[in-house]
Amino acid sequence: MRILELIDVDVFYGKIQALEDIQVHIEEKELVCLLGGNASGKSTTLKTILGVVKPARGRVEFMGDKISGLPTGKIVQRGVSIVPENRRIFPRLTVLENLELGAYLRNDPRGISQDMERVFNLFPRIKERLKQYGATLSGGEQQMLAMGRALMSRPKLLLMDEPSMGLAPVLVENSFEIIQRVNREGVTIFVVEQNANMALSIADRGYVLQLGKIVLHDKAENLLNNEMMKKAYLATG
Amino acid sequence: MGKIRDWFSYLSHFVYAEKLESMDQILQQIPQQLINGVTVGGVYALIAIGYTMVYGILFMLNFAHGEVYMIGGFTGWWVLHLLTNSSGGLLLNGFIVIILMILFAMALTGALGMGIERFAYRPLRNAPRMNLLLSALGVTIVLRNLVLNLQGAKIRFFHTSALIPKSIQVFHIGGTVISFMRLLVIGVSIGLMAILTWFVKETKMGKAMRATAQDTEAATFMGIDVNRIILLTFLIGSALGGAAGALVGLLFTQVDYYVGYVAGLKGFTAAVLGGIGSIPGAMVGGFILGIVESLATTLISSTYKDVVSFIILILVLLIRPWGILGEKAPEKV
Repeated sequence: MRILELIDVDVFYGKIQALEDIQVHIEEKELVCLLGGNASGKSTTLKTILGVVKPARGRVEFMGDKISGLPTGKIVQRGVSIVPENRRIFPRLTVLENLELGAYLRNDPRGISQDMERVFNLFPRIKERLKQYGATLSGGEQQMLAMGRALMSRPKLLLMDEPSMGLAPVLVENSFEIIQRVNREGVTIFVVEQNANMALSIADRGYVLQLGKIVLHDKAENLLNNEMMKKAYLATG
Repeated sequence: MGKIRDWFSYLSHFVYAEKLESMDQILQQIPQQLINGVTVGGVYALIAIGYTMVYGILFMLNFAHGEVYMIGGFTGWWVLHLLTNSSGGLLLNGFIVIILMILFAMALTGALGMGIERFAYRPLRNAPRMNLLLSALGVTIVLRNLVLNLQGAKIRFFHTSALIPKSIQVFHIGGTVISFMRLLVIGVSIGLMAILTWFVKETKMGKAMRATAQDTEAATFMGIDVNRIILLTFLIGSALGGAAGALVGLLFTQVDYYVGYVAGLKGFTAAVLGGIGSIPGAMVGGFILGIVESLATTLISSTYKDVVSFIILILVLLIRPWGILGEKAPEKV
């Protein structure tokens, strides 16, 4: 089943075009990555999916329904969740409160506590820090909390904006292993990343964005062997 | 102790020259002034909470808040007036009248606060800050003149003598006099603050409120309807300001269309003193300001009461602009 589709999407910031004719589709249980350098339009693509930015042309469909034009809250309600760039943990809420707010739109206490257990299984470190303020966590722990918080809404689609950013190399690897694990548990994931090697090593498919246009789209293993990719993004010479 | 006494009597000669009160008289007044300070402080704290909550989410100073307080006072007066018959008797039990005065004042000002947000501030949400500030000043002028038109420039008196039985109107503890109304103001203000603290700490809405204040965009990612949270913030802040207005009416038995100006400034000072954006800060700031003011009344002169408040405001802004419990704004790189 098709979870997400971006069809002919153009986005402008004032007069500057940020995205041009974007076509992206994500199937159920897939792990898809969107690669690109700085200012290529990666974050804008996620913001468009979440309804933070409205497309000037084209449409975003979620499980067959048009969602472009809806307010962010409504889109989240339909089952889209995000681990934002820089994680955006609420600094002066406790770890537990951060997780609770991930489930803000839910009203099934039993399901919520089940998912809380699931998050604790994925991230035992988080369970040890429930009473602490979000701001007191290390970068790696914040990444775990942001992911746990996003999972608390039991999303049908999990968006991840640069999960490797600001993390030590060891933690990056760890973080991607967890992304893979969550995906294998059945969560559809769309991850935006500069670290192409890392992202392609776990993804099913990848899109490459350059100056607001999609220049490549293929299976992950094909992209890893693509000559242009090797030169421009993979730094394997 | 002797030295302090000498110093105090020197000070008292200096500022109290015309009264020539002795040191002992001043010391005797201190418990009394502490009680007065806590009473007024509770009121300042209630007003300050409205400033600090709105600032915490929108980073704007809601200058119209003082007028909301004033309208709370008038609502209390109006309820009392409607429930008093022509011979000065009450139509209902006095305690019920007091409760109705406070509840009506809160309901009306709460609705007023939401209306102000919806029609005067929300359309300017993405405009430069200055526009929002000007809009707030505009609302202030409109509200003040609206009341002036409806009520005239005269002082309205609260006829509170029939509200409570004579036997419990005043309590004497040692040399200290505590009126029932003071206890009421202290009790209600602390009670309302306790409820607010519980609400913000424990409920889902309260958590959503804190989250929105800390990171509005991340809050929308959680599915939080930020517009609703902002309306709720105005509802709570304004209702507390309105309650303060009604309580002051009961305590000092008068209200006029101009009381919002000074009350607003005092509430703002308390919010800044405690750390703008921090709710516990607003509470602490309110009580400290009230107590300092009352002590200054005794030790210096009531004439300088307001001067003391504003000296505090200036000193806080110069020395510790983030206040007692506020957080230093992080430098955004």
